[in-house]
Amino acid sequence: MPTKLDTPPTAREATGDATVPRPPAETSAPRAERPRARRRFSPQARDRVLAVLSPLALLVLWELASRAGVLDDRFFPPPTEIASTFVELAKSGELWSNTWISVRRVLLGLALGATPALIIGLAMGLYRPVRAVLDPLVAATYPIPKSAIVPLLLLIFGLGEMSKIVMVAIGAFFPVVINTSAGVQEIPPIYRDVGRNYGASRWQTFRTIALPGAAPLIMTGLKLAVGLGLILIVIAEMIGAKSGLGFMIWNAWQIFAVPTMYVGLITISILGVLFTLALTELERVLIPWRRAR
Amino acid sequence: MTVAAPEIRIEGLVKEFPTKRGVVTAVDHLSVTIEPGSFFVVVGPSGCGKSTLLRMLAGLEEPTAGIAELQGGSGDRPANAMVFQGESIFPWMTVSDNAAYGLRMRRVPARERREVVSEWLDKTGLSEFADAYPHQLSGGMKQRVALARAFANDADVLLMDEPFSALDELTKTVLQQELLRIWSDTGKTVVFITHSVDEAVALGDKIMVMSARPGRQKAMFDVPFERPRDVLELRKRPGYGELVYEIWESLRSEVDGGER
Repeated sequence: MPTKLDTPPTAREATGDATVPRPPAETSAPRAERPRARRRFSPQARDRVLAVLSPLALLVLWELASRAGVLDDRFFPPPTEIASTFVELAKSGELWSNTWISVRRVLLGLALGATPALIIGLAMGLYRPVRAVLDPLVAATYPIPKSAIVPLLLLIFGLGEMSKIVMVAIGAFFPVVINTSAGVQEIPPIYRDVGRNYGASRWQTFRTIALPGAAPLIMTGLKLAVGLGLILIVIAEMIGAKSGLGFMIWNAWQIFAVPTMYVGLITISILGVLFTLALTELERVLIPWRRAR
Repeated sequence: MTVAAPEIRIEGLVKEFPTKRGVVTAVDHLSVTIEPGSFFVVVGPSGCGKSTLLRMLAGLEEPTAGIAELQGGSGDRPANAMVFQGESIFPWMTVSDNAAYGLRMRRVPARERREVVSEWLDKTGLSEFADAYPHQLSGGMKQRVALARAFANDADVLLMDEPFSALDELTKTVLQQELLRIWSDTGKTVVFITHSVDEAVALGDKIMVMSARPGRQKAMFDVPFERPRDVLELRKRPGYGELVYEIWESLRSEVDGGER
């Protein structure tokens, strides 16, 4: 059948089984199992195990060193002590309320920063004049350390929620706008030609070419934005807040509750992992055409 | 189903590109008449401006002088649909969304869109891949999707820019035959660019040979073989070898000239 000629043969057809002396009916099943049985883990499974083992090993080392006095346990309390403080703080509700306050600020800040960044980034990628106007502005404001504008934000927005949310928003804006613009510019020009040839309107070009074409890089921008958002929220809360994980850590320093400091640090890193997992899942749903790569 | 195919006007067409080493003339005073409903093939060496010619017909480039016009696009049907060289189907859309692209841009209602698309996926042998993404397809399959997208848009003129040039010989031959089968009962005009003489003879009614830069009309050949054609069987026909040879003769000096 000629129409099937350009479908590639399956791997099994291609490798064949011509050298097997016995009838294939008896041999094919065990032969297929054997390579899998010989190697107990797939490389992916092995990587996952290693990824869990390495931090565990570090914790055990830390525990032993701290208990043996190799590490000064005033600064490096053993992990078991940190864990019991963690449980204490969780039970009293202090940990949850501070975590939730920080998470809420990060989420609102991300929404406030990434939404305009996405729209501006798409416009910059699609239209040269927009790029010509905004590129230098982005380049000039991007390197300003975001932590250095906390005092200014406190002046403008006061000690309330808004100053923290805006802090995160500013941090989230840059990676998203830069990545979105780059993502659109990296779309092969042929797709723009297709859009023009098939009569795509300006909005349709946005929707069907620029946005999906730039989506992989936009997701990268969002992941960077989340990391930056967590860093910035802690800084902002240390300076101008009476709640949140940043405040909890700062307060623990003031009262020399070192294990509480560690609980704060660990919670932030767990948040980082959870945010990344959520974004990876979001990526899988939003960018299905990348799944197999 | 025969549509009133539009006229294609190419008169005194000139296209110049400014470069660092001065102005390069890609197309030089080209005038051609293309019979409505015919399969018109343009052959020429690389860089002879044949792609530029097609892009001007598609409205993707503005002529420097002269006319490149497709009259038509009756009602809300578009005047032309292009099948591009290389990978032009959107990696972020499924096969059926890709095929539906032109219809969607024209805001054809979803139900009608589905019907038209499923018909063309059927004709191009893609039905079982409707929900697949391009990265799951072979090169030949991707070009089938590009063909389905162009045909489904129901344009009067199909502009094809070396659509099969990146494919292996076997796949290419299969797709040439498929293209002839799909095209045969549409009555649409096709302008097909290629650098393969065999492909030109297998597909075309008329073949225009273009000279190397600047692109001018060097020669025009009529292909005498009746339709429907079998692109393989054609090769043992009397007259096939002579025609291929004559076209090659006409091209040879151009290729030599380009190499020197």
